[in-house]
Amino acid sequence: MNIQAVRSKAPGLMRLFGVICMLFGLLGAGALSAQVDTFEFETTEQQQRFRKLSDELRCPMCQNTNLTGSSGGVAEDLRREIHRMIMDGMTDQEIEQFMFERYGDFIFYRPRLRQETLLLWFGPLAFLAIGGFVAFSISRRARKIDEDEKALDSAQQEKLQDLLNSKG
Amino acid sequence: MGRVKYFFPVIGFFALALLLWRGLYLDPKELPSMLIDKPIPAFELNTVDGEPVTNTDLPGQVFLLNVWGSYCLPCLVEHPTFMRLSEEGEIPVVGVNYKDETNLAQGWLETNGNPFAFSIEDGNGRFGIDLGVYGAPETYLVDANGVIRYRHVSVLDETVWAEEFLPAIAELRAESAQ
Repeated sequence: MNIQAVRSKAPGLMRLFGVICMLFGLLGAGALSAQVDTFEFETTEQQQRFRKLSDELRCPMCQNTNLTGSSGGVAEDLRREIHRMIMDGMTDQEIEQFMFERYGDFIFYRPRLRQETLLLWFGPLAFLAIGGFVAFSISRRARKIDEDEKALDSAQQEKLQDLLNSKG
Repeated sequence: MGRVKYFFPVIGFFALALLLWRGLYLDPKELPSMLIDKPIPAFELNTVDGEPVTNTDLPGQVFLLNVWGSYCLPCLVEHPTFMRLSEEGEIPVVGVNYKDETNLAQGWLETNGNPFAFSIEDGNGRFGIDLGVYGAPETYLVDANGVIRYRHVSVLDETVWAEEFLPAIAELRAESAQ
């Protein structure tokens, strides 16, 4: 088999791979909504709150997914608790406080602004400020050097004038 | 100033390198517990043997609370340590049978031995949520007043016992002897 043959075959394989990925994606999406929809609500507002909370709370066990997307045991339990608390008429703040008291800042994808999370919130800004300051001072110094070099001292000015005069 | 400022990048580099180097050895699975220095949450449940059990049944001395399940393989790894602790009478161990089925839990204890004074049956994981558990095994060190003082996530083997628990327990016992 020469290289040409491999090349001509590749697009077909790629397409097949793409179709398989899409199929799995659809399956995944189906499973995801099924997880959410196993709970019954009285109003769509309650359902939306449930969805929003389980989207914004992080699964403590499988650390890179939210409660909605996780099939872990504890995520399942926490979704059930959120459902119970919504049906009991608790507010979003109360539910978030419930989670915070048990699992700490970690449970939030958007951690609360507290003394312990200051660095998390403003660390990137501080680094940006430091970087900006360094970049600014480097460019300012470069410009100053540039100007210094452009300016001629009196001896050079005189020489320049001589040259111009002799030619003229 | 003057010369010193030329060293800023070098100092900055080493500070950042140190920070990141330390980060390499942090275990992201080990989340700080919110329940340190808080009492064990109130519960009214059954033991795996079907006896009713509440907070008042907990030992009135320093003890371990171990979250386990028959489905949990790491629990088998740490099991010999708990067996030794209970055989040598070093410290009482109370189990929390987390999200398990009663007959499976009973079978597991029969097959592997039972190091627990009793095991609280937390079938739906509700007590686990109050404890901030996110998966077995976890072990809590509780003082004589029923206040949680330390948590270890994952396997508690002899090394962890000697390095983390022994010093902490000695401290707690000295504290309650006063």
